[in-house]
Amino acid sequence: MFEKILIANRGEIALRIQRACREMGIKTVVVHSEADAEAKYVRLADESVCIGPAASSASYLNVPAIIAAAEVTDAEAIHPGYGFLSENADFAERVEQSGFTFIGPRAETIRLMGDKVSAKNAMKKAGVPVVPGMDGAMPEEPKEAVKIARQIGYPVIVKAAGGGGGRGMRVVHTEAALMNAVNTTRAEAQAAFGNPSVYMEKYLEKPRHIEIQVLADKHRNALYLGDRDCSMQRRHQKIIEEAPAPLLGARARARIGERCAEACRKIGYEGAGTFEFLYEGGEFFFIEMNTRLQVEHPVTEMVTGLDIVQLQIRVAAGEKLALRQKDVVLRGHAIECRINAEDPYKFTPSPGRITSLHMPGGPGIRVDSHAYAGYFVPPNYDSLLGKIIAYGDTREQAMARLQIALSETVIEGIKTNVPLHQELVRDTAFQRGGTSIHYLEERLAKLTRAE
Amino acid sequence: MDLRKLKTLIDLVQQSGIAELEITEGEEKVRISRFGMPGATGVPAPAAGPVAQTVVLPGAEPAEPADPAGVPPAEAAGHAVKSPMVGTFYRSSTPGAKPFVEVGQAVKSGDTVCIIEAMKLLNEIEADRDGVIKAILVENGQPVEYGQPLFVID
Repeated sequence: MFEKILIANRGEIALRIQRACREMGIKTVVVHSEADAEAKYVRLADESVCIGPAASSASYLNVPAIIAAAEVTDAEAIHPGYGFLSENADFAERVEQSGFTFIGPRAETIRLMGDKVSAKNAMKKAGVPVVPGMDGAMPEEPKEAVKIARQIGYPVIVKAAGGGGGRGMRVVHTEAALMNAVNTTRAEAQAAFGNPSVYMEKYLEKPRHIEIQVLADKHRNALYLGDRDCSMQRRHQKIIEEAPAPLLGARARARIGERCAEACRKIGYEGAGTFEFLYEGGEFFFIEMNTRLQVEHPVTEMVTGLDIVQLQIRVAAGEKLALRQKDVVLRGHAIECRINAEDPYKFTPSPGRITSLHMPGGPGIRVDSHAYAGYFVPPNYDSLLGKIIAYGDTREQAMARLQIALSETVIEGIKTNVPLHQELVRDTAFQRGGTSIHYLEERLAKLTRAE
Repeated sequence: MDLRKLKTLIDLVQQSGIAELEITEGEEKVRISRFGMPGATGVPAPAAGPVAQTVVLPGAEPAEPADPAGVPPAEAAGHAVKSPMVGTFYRSSTPGAKPFVEVGQAVKSGDTVCIIEAMKLLNEIEADRDGVIKAILVENGQPVEYGQPLFVID
C-alpha cells in the first residue's frame, strides 16, 4: 500500500481524497495554487507544496510543477481527482514514466475513451448499446453529411470528437440548417479542443441521463456499483443527482450494469469509471465514458456502503478486489445537491468571502465541502462549494431529509444556489421522478417568462 | 544568530500563543513579540541593529496571501528573490563547487544566484535586480515551492 499520495486537485474533492487517505493511514501531499494557500485541506495535509499562481494553466494544469512536487516530497502515487488533468492521457503517462503510480486507468484507456468516436466504436465492439449514428468521424464532403443525416433521421446532433462533458455540440432539426451547424461545430471544436473532428448522432427528444458506476482491478475483475440518475441539468451541467435511478426495473439495471462490467474486462479497464447513457423508451444509449472519479460518487457510496476513493487507491496499489458482484447490494436511496457559489437564478458566479456558514446534519445527511466560515471563494476556478447528500430508506424519505437539510443551510457573504435547490426538491415532477434532461431548462425558461 | 534558528523561534511564537520571547545566546540577543490585535495586519517595525534583533509579528494571519512562505516582513528589509518553480534548491552548479553567491556579495540583474532542480533538469535562477545579497533563506538541498523567497537583495 502507498505510504504517501499526492493530491493533484483542489476544493471539495481534494478534501474527499485526503479523508480517504487519512483513514487508510496514508500520508497526504497537497499541491495548491497561491489562491488556495488558505484551504482547509492544505492545512490538514502532512505536506503542502505551492505549485504556481492562481491561474489553473500555471498551477493545477502545470504538469512539470506537479511532478516536481511529487519528487521533492517523495510521494508514491498521484490522485488526479476530477476535471483538470484527471482525463489527460499525457499526464497519466508522464506520471508513470517519472516513477509514480497514477491513480486511474492506463494512459491508453484514457486516450481511447477521450476520443468520443473511438469510445463509441470500442463500446459497440464490446456489446454496449450506443446512440444510433454514423460509424466514424464526419467526412469532409458536405454531400456525405446530408446523406448521413437523412439515414439517421432528424433531429440529429453534431458533436466534437474531442469534446465531452456537454461541450461542443449542436442540435439540427432541418436539412437547411445542417451544413451551417456542421461548419460552426467544427470551428468551435478546433478552437476549444484543437481537434476539428466531428460526428453525428440521433438526437433523443426526452431522454434521461442514467449512468453506471464501474470498478475494475488490475487482475481483470470488474464490477458495476449500480446506477445514478443525473437528469437535472442546466447547459449540460449536473445540478442534482440520485441513486438508484427512479422507475428503473432491477432486471434492466442488472442487464446494463453487466454489459458495462463486461466492457471493462474487454478493454482492460483499471480503476473507477462511469458509463454515461441516455435512457429513452426503455432503452439505453451509450454517449461517453468518464475514466475518473465523478463529482456525484457520494450517492453511490451511500446506497452501496462502499468507499469508492479507497477502492481506487487499493486497485492502483495492485490489490485484487475482494468484492464480488453479488456482494454489491443497493439499499435505500440517496440524492445529492451540488451547492455552487452563484446567483440561484441568474447563474452568475459569486466569489468572495463567506461571512457565516452553517451546514446541516442529522440522520442520513452527508456534507462534502471544503468551505468554512471566513473562507474566501476564489474567482479563478469552478463555483462548486460542496455537496449536500441526503440518504433514506426510500426516495420519499431522502427527499424529506434533503428539504430539511437545505432549510438548515446557511451560507452568507456570497450567493449560492441553495434557494434553487429548495424549489427543485419540492417540484412535483421531480418528486414523481423520471424527468428528462431538458426538464430543468424548460422550468427555468417558464420562470423567466413569468417575470 | 543564523536565520534558520530565527525562523524556528518565530514559528514557535506564532504557533504557541506566547506574547513575547527573549533569548540571549552569548553576545547575541533576540526578542520576538506579537503585535496588534487578532485579525489586524500590524505593520511590523523594521529590524533593529546587526546584533540585537527585534522581530515583530503580525497578530494574526496576514489578510492577503501574498506572503507564501510566512517569513515575517521585518526580516526581509530588501527585495526578495522568489522561486519561480517547485524543485530542489542548490547553491552551486555541482556538489562541492563554490556557491554562486554568498551573503554580502554584489550581484547584477541576470547573474545566476542558484539552481533549482526539477524532474532531472537543472534550472539556473537569476537575480532580477542589481544589489547586494543580504540573506540566503533556504539551505542547500532543501525543497522549495512556487513563490518561496530564496534570497534577499538590497
